[in-house]
Amino acid sequence: MRRVFSQAQQSAGNLRTPLRRLGPALSAGRVSVLIVAGMVVAGLLPFMKLGLVVNGLIFGSVIALGAIGLTLVYGILKLGNFAHGDYMALGAYIAFFVVDGVLPRVGIEGAGLGPFTFGVPVLVALPLAALVVALGAIALDGLIYGRLRDRGAGTAILMMASLGVAIAIRGLIQLIWTGDTQHYPRESRQVYHLPMDVRIPPDGIFVAVVAVVLVLGLYALLNHTKMGKAMRATSDNPSLALVSGINTRHVVWWTWAIGGAMAAVAGVLLAVVQAQLLPIMGWKFLIPLFAAVILGGIGNPYGALVGALIVGVSMEVSTQWINPSYKPAVAFAIMIGVLLARPRGIFGDSP
Amino acid sequence: MALLEAFDVVAGYGETEILHGVSIVVNPGEVVTIIGPNGCGKSTLMKAIVGLVRVRSGCVHFRGVDISEHNPEQTVRSGLCYVPQSDNVFPSMTIHENLEMGAFVRRDDYRDRIHEMFQLFPDLQPSARRKAGSLSGGQRQMLAIARALMLDPVLLLLDEPSAGLAPALVQSVFERIRDINATGVSILLVEQNARESLRMSDRGYVLSGGSNQLEDSGPALLSNPDVGRLYLGG
Repeated sequence: MRRVFSQAQQSAGNLRTPLRRLGPALSAGRVSVLIVAGMVVAGLLPFMKLGLVVNGLIFGSVIALGAIGLTLVYGILKLGNFAHGDYMALGAYIAFFVVDGVLPRVGIEGAGLGPFTFGVPVLVALPLAALVVALGAIALDGLIYGRLRDRGAGTAILMMASLGVAIAIRGLIQLIWTGDTQHYPRESRQVYHLPMDVRIPPDGIFVAVVAVVLVLGLYALLNHTKMGKAMRATSDNPSLALVSGINTRHVVWWTWAIGGAMAAVAGVLLAVVQAQLLPIMGWKFLIPLFAAVILGGIGNPYGALVGALIVGVSMEVSTQWINPSYKPAVAFAIMIGVLLARPRGIFGDSP
Repeated sequence: MALLEAFDVVAGYGETEILHGVSIVVNPGEVVTIIGPNGCGKSTLMKAIVGLVRVRSGCVHFRGVDISEHNPEQTVRSGLCYVPQSDNVFPSMTIHENLEMGAFVRRDDYRDRIHEMFQLFPDLQPSARRKAGSLSGGQRQMLAIARALMLDPVLLLLDEPSAGLAPALVQSVFERIRDINATGVSILLVEQNARESLRMSDRGYVLSGGSNQLEDSGPALLSNPDVGRLYLGG
């Protein structure tokens, strides 16, 4: 597969290729949106505290991990998954279960690994939570969404079903772990002081690095593996994917696995940066998630990444002027604004 | 023995029955055209054969195997590939990736096949890295056919390959279809350009209201006064 791909690159590898590829990417509408956005950012930049921008980028990477899964699931399954935030919360709590209930029995304990507030247990629990939520998301599809699709259910019915799943997951979390605040074992750590009054908590660097690694991994998967390309094909044109012989059932499984795993990682990272777990944490995260997805163009994973960083920075920077409790309102305002002005988002295809 | 034999096929969508018992035969090496008015079930018949629409009664045999209950993946694997009328490429993927998706079920090295497709459709090669969504209508149609040919099918189903193309391009699409047939691939096509299509067909069927109306050789249908009056525009 890889070799076939590189051969095509060679055969088309003349100098004009990059320019030709830029052509469609820089449509007039997209350029004007980017120019306006750039002017707004440039105008505000002197007034922004750089520290808040950095915080926003860290927060934005958490949003991105959730939003990319949400937008993939929408693109391939045409399902606006209202339970996505609760998949995040479930991931965070499963990691808590592993850290709190399982690992101490095998002697893995501790916090304050190096510059970080958390310890080895969280690092061990992170992939386990991702695996469990990935499998859980596949199982839920078989149990609920798959059956509804087989009966020809439309987008609205699937969304309502996901709302039910969201409430059920939250109820389950409360049943098992109560509604009280929990947290991973932690030790307080010094933040890094940089010039211009920028303070970066080491945990934030960890969050950003994990997000970058996962996004690069997803990029490689979507562009260089057979299953990733099949996912893009199914997102593009499901019935043509079927008659090309693509096993769309496997595509659905992989989509849920990736979306669920990334949501779980996002949940654990959110619990780390917020230093607490609450059953409602995922549900409250839905508005930033949807704002990022819509801003980037529904179904476009790279759009969701850019959208998430913009939403994250906007939310953090807004605290400079307005009460921090209005942060979700900022995400909501971005979402409404995009829906009114450019419903297909920055990177959405022309209608 | 017939390559494809659909016998008394009944199919439809939801409550609506579109095909009320259609029978067609394609013999090895043949080009067969199905004509008929809009809504007579030509496209539905193709979807039923390939497995996108369930065959409610009757049966479809391909190379001696009953494929009526097969899903599209099984049908495609058995050597019967299909080009839908519209939305027949993956628009956000490159030409090369579209061809790779056509070869999805292949486990072997199919680089030679991609090369053959570029020889058959020379327009595609220089823009192999271009997204299919940015192609012209003619190029897109060529890519759609090339995608379906990636599996080296025995039988190719084409649903209105000339729809929406400029007259000059229609000619070149029909030439390509003739070339493909010359390599031994049997072809079943649905066409609005009935005259052009029957001219190169071994046989043709006229469907009407979801049932067979006429069946004859291509030239005979062309010279049939009723067919001429009703479907060939006088």
